[in-house]
Amino acid sequence: MSDKAQGAPEAPPEDLTRDQLLAMYRRMRLIRAFEDKTKALFEAGEIFGFYHLSQGQEAVPVGTCAALRPDDYITSTHRGHGDVIAKGCDVRYMFAELYGRATGYCKGKGGSMHIADFSQGIIGATGIVGGSLPTAPGIALSIKMRGTDQVVVCFFGDGATAGGGFHEALNLSSLWQVPIIFVCQNNQYALSLPWEQTAYKCDLARRVSTYHIPAECVDGMDVLAVYRAVKKAVDRARAGGGPGFVEAKTYRFLGHYVGDPGLYMPPEEREEWRKRDAIQKLGRQLRQWGILTDEEDEQMGLEIARELEEAVEFARQSPLTDVREALTDVYVHFDYLGNPL
Amino acid sequence: MATRIITYRDALREALREEMRRDERVFLMGEDIADPFGSAYKVTLGLSPEFGLERVRQTPISELGFVGAGVGAALTGMRPVVELMYIDFSTLAMDQIVNQAAKIRYMSGGQAKVPLVIRTQGGMGRSSAAHHAQSLEAWFVHVPGLLVAMPSTPYDAKGLLKTAIRLDDPVIFIEHKLLYNTEGPVPEEEYTIPFGVADVKREGTDCTVVATSRTVLMALKAAEILEKEGISVEVVDPRTLFPLDIETIVQSVKKTSRLVVAHEAPERCGFGAEVVAQIAEKAFAYLDAPIQRVCGPSVPAPFARHLENSIIVDEQKIADRVRRLVRGEL
Repeated sequence: MSDKAQGAPEAPPEDLTRDQLLAMYRRMRLIRAFEDKTKALFEAGEIFGFYHLSQGQEAVPVGTCAALRPDDYITSTHRGHGDVIAKGCDVRYMFAELYGRATGYCKGKGGSMHIADFSQGIIGATGIVGGSLPTAPGIALSIKMRGTDQVVVCFFGDGATAGGGFHEALNLSSLWQVPIIFVCQNNQYALSLPWEQTAYKCDLARRVSTYHIPAECVDGMDVLAVYRAVKKAVDRARAGGGPGFVEAKTYRFLGHYVGDPGLYMPPEEREEWRKRDAIQKLGRQLRQWGILTDEEDEQMGLEIARELEEAVEFARQSPLTDVREALTDVYVHFDYLGNPL
Repeated sequence: MATRIITYRDALREALREEMRRDERVFLMGEDIADPFGSAYKVTLGLSPEFGLERVRQTPISELGFVGAGVGAALTGMRPVVELMYIDFSTLAMDQIVNQAAKIRYMSGGQAKVPLVIRTQGGMGRSSAAHHAQSLEAWFVHVPGLLVAMPSTPYDAKGLLKTAIRLDDPVIFIEHKLLYNTEGPVPEEEYTIPFGVADVKREGTDCTVVATSRTVLMALKAAEILEKEGISVEVVDPRTLFPLDIETIVQSVKKTSRLVVAHEAPERCGFGAEVVAQIAEKAFAYLDAPIQRVCGPSVPAPFARHLENSIIVDEQKIADRVRRLVRGEL
């Protein structure tokens, strides 16, 4: 299928530089490759735990985080590898985390579902669906009370929109007019439950707009569409305009976790969404705009593969977290038994 | 040190006012806390005129939302003091307390700090029935990552609340609705009370009574009753349930050889069970009699005054048990 047939514009976008576009493309590819590698390592028995992969959704975190500054915050979810890589996490320390190493972001205490890097505003990922929805407005409130011009992006999935925390977070954010952007990664499934069975006549943007929060629904398989919608909301929030909401319609190519074949996802549906792969789409556009050649594209793939190999090797060579660490970091001022530190 | 006699309520308010004046990052958030209402038990009355509605922040009835907001604010440079009007309402915010506030430091490998205080109150005695009278402290003591304070006097309330606000760990600060009007000496000068230091409220030689919150006052009354009968009771108030100063309790048991644990909360898996277990482990050889628990029966709080009174741990119930224990009847 040609790009023209898909309606891609002839000229490159004016709101992003060539380097920015290439960086977004590379970041999406890095996320995809990181998760492919993670899946392979898990299936080989090298790493342990639960892995909720986000293949197919890469455009949403990459488009979103391209609109953020390094000092902005994000909160993430159990399916958060892409979110934290998009915000700036280094895959070496991520693999080290999955390998339970002392060099991991959380020293092996958080694992796949809880990667955090406070130095980059990555305020953790939660294993509770919707768990960061009530927390994030408090980050935004803190920004407002401290008087900075940061913003916070709260990532969550369609599965979190039926819970009470969703309503409470929207209501408080609207009431307080704080700089938060809710980004719903609607990947069509809450574990196995199709989106159509989550709410009657699902129209999130319409529902959210009743809180007087500007809300937009975008194609989550188009990184530029995600970027533009989030950028608009970020600019508004940064200027004191209060919260924003973006629903990005996307798709989880794989099952809920590694090991779930996704039998509830119709094969023809999966095939349709795979044809809309955001990485391939941007790759085609970049070539069309003369920003990327096939050779450069291939070279980038090799670089990413090498980066991941090196990251895995870094993790393997790093020391395991000392078992005594299992008992630390419970409190700031006390050990886990309550003795003052 | 100059002292005055003030109420538990006023002592708490002084702590909030002093800490808000001392540190701009401290702010209050909760339902109906601004003037003229000034919160359900009037602890925050008078604070909104001084500090404004940004820092005495009224919230809708949205416990999950505003406790979560407290967690988020605490993670990013503020020091919120969130008020949960009744501890019974903590159930609505439990995910944010148990899964987020308590665990994010550990999950992040020590990156996160959560300087959050959740002030709340519990307890029976006002015919408020099963949804406004619980004593749920044991739940929070059980969760790694939370600190739990439960002051019984105005002096302790002020000193512990000031410390709670200055700590970088999440604190569940549990008051008792029947203590707000109680009075006691509080210094004019600034002071704080460290967490993890029990207070021997009364010295004695025949039996140790470990009690918490309002039940400390009941234990002290029981000690007075028993003193007239020639029984000397030592009353120990842990003040913070976690960290727990078990050493002070061990020392007391070594002296008295008898232990009664008393609290208003239901007996089954209550905080007292932890004290009993630790003393059985650490001071068994010093005991001359079986350890006793004088706790609420494991039933919901009833509405009718006579029913409620029948299950509240009072001075008579404590005195009866101590008397029988000391006489060797148990």
